[in-house]
Amino acid sequence: MENSEKTEVVLLACGSFNPITNMHLRLFELAKDYMNETGKYRVIKGIISPVGDAYKKKGLISAHHRVIMAELATKNSEWVEVDTWESLQKEWVETAKVLRHHQEKLEAGSCDHQQDSPMLGKPGQKRKWVEQRQDFSQKKLLEPKPKDVPKVKLLCGADLLESFAVPNLWKSEDITQIVEDYGLICITRAGNDAQKFIYESDALWKHRNNIHLVNEWITNDISSTKIRRALRRGQSIRYLVPDLVQEYIEKHDLYSCESEEKNVGVILAPLQRMYKSLNL
Amino acid sequence: MKSRIPVVLLACGSFNPITNMHLRLFEVARDHLHQTGMYQVIGGIISPVNDGYRKQDLVAAHHRVAMARLALQTSDWVQVDPWESEQVQWMETVKVLRHHHSELLRSLPQTEGQDHGRACSVAPTAVPELKLLCGADVLKTFQTPNLWKDAHIQEIVEKFGVVCVSRTGHNPKEYISGSPILRRYQHNIHLVREPVQNELSSTYIRRALSQGHSVKYLLPDAVISYIKDHNLYTRDSSWKGSSTQRNEGKTD
Repeated sequence: MENSEKTEVVLLACGSFNPITNMHLRLFELAKDYMNETGKYRVIKGIISPVGDAYKKKGLISAHHRVIMAELATKNSEWVEVDTWESLQKEWVETAKVLRHHQEKLEAGSCDHQQDSPMLGKPGQKRKWVEQRQDFSQKKLLEPKPKDVPKVKLLCGADLLESFAVPNLWKSEDITQIVEDYGLICITRAGNDAQKFIYESDALWKHRNNIHLVNEWITNDISSTKIRRALRRGQSIRYLVPDLVQEYIEKHDLYSCESEEKNVGVILAPLQRMYKSLNL
Repeated sequence: MKSRIPVVLLACGSFNPITNMHLRLFEVARDHLHQTGMYQVIGGIISPVNDGYRKQDLVAAHHRVAMARLALQTSDWVQVDPWESEQVQWMETVKVLRHHHSELLRSLPQTEGQDHGRACSVAPTAVPELKLLCGADVLKTFQTPNLWKDAHIQEIVEKFGVVCVSRTGHNPKEYISGSPILRRYQHNIHLVREPVQNELSSTYIRRALSQGHSVKYLLPDAVISYIKDHNLYTRDSSWKGSSTQRNEGKTD
């Protein structure tokens, strides 16, 4: 398939990134290789969107630090970068809304080739993407056809997919919207479990063509939880997170027993919102 | 305060190429030894194996040494030593241990009045111990017939000591209990649990590279650049096995 016939894809990863680890970064690499190899897609960009503090997850340190660590982690990446929009919102934002925000931004960016994409505040390599888009849209002076706009897809691990089943955590219409309008790329070690999960959900099954399961052949179990635990115990986290992130954590003494106690007893934002809407 | 025994960790292996997992071995081993309260890890050595080892797909030693050096650029306590790789032929691990141990002793500060080269009079507790650092897979190979000489295994566990980091699919306690030599010196075999299960291996890296897949974040960027610049581990140079499909799922 010609490059021009391929659907351009932007991978969006939402999450706490508390802290970001080499495993998070691997998700992007695995997803990009997989999607590009289908021959139908061309991954042009990766976005890390750290969740806002209003999410109220236990042990969640300030978004300010989490964003900086993600930026340090992606400093040497040519295609993955950090977006702060979600983290700057006062209230917690549902994932479907974050997807919509980024999709609309892409559509706005491709319609108006004069507009400088607000996403790219950084000089250097990542601006190449904007230049490409400008050239491309300059060739199409009329409104671009919908298929020319890159598509945002949610990148995640199996834990997020399976969290769809946690009561009250997700609105069912959000799940539907995510798989119907956007699409999911799920990196997992246990492909069979994930497939079974999709099979057992009518909403997911209906849009299974929009759910891409990518097998991670080697266990790469670098969870943020383990990183935080190692830090509390004075153990090394080198080579589990990028060096710059490790240095930043050390310099600012970010994770401790105290920080892990943050939000204890507080109800997670999505649950709180659900209870409110149910008048509980 | 009771003084700790200084320890240097020596890792032998192909390092074909070096990965974040190899680098982690040193970190978890050091943490473990420190937390016993008995040891102070003062250094780490990576010793890539000689080309004469003739393992399949082993790229030239000078590359493997260069990659390890790049990987260790940012380490303030581990370094690569090319001595083993520069010898005329492959040599047994115990000889590498002996060499580095005598180098260690030679580098100790001499007290006044001693001739250079004579045994120094540092108190026994201050003499550094050199320990073999390895994954559990290596401990298992002690069982492989004819791979190791019994006398060498004994010397390794008796005179030096082993720090063995756990690995998925391996049960090092089992290997120890299954061997009389290892059982006798099990006090000198430190089993380290790596809480972050990581099946990353050089084999996986080589396969991914030969298939044109990204290996970013699995090994240092500087090593990836070196591999690309020198065209290592490409499809042509990689293993010619027929079932190199990604869906094999088996790493080594």
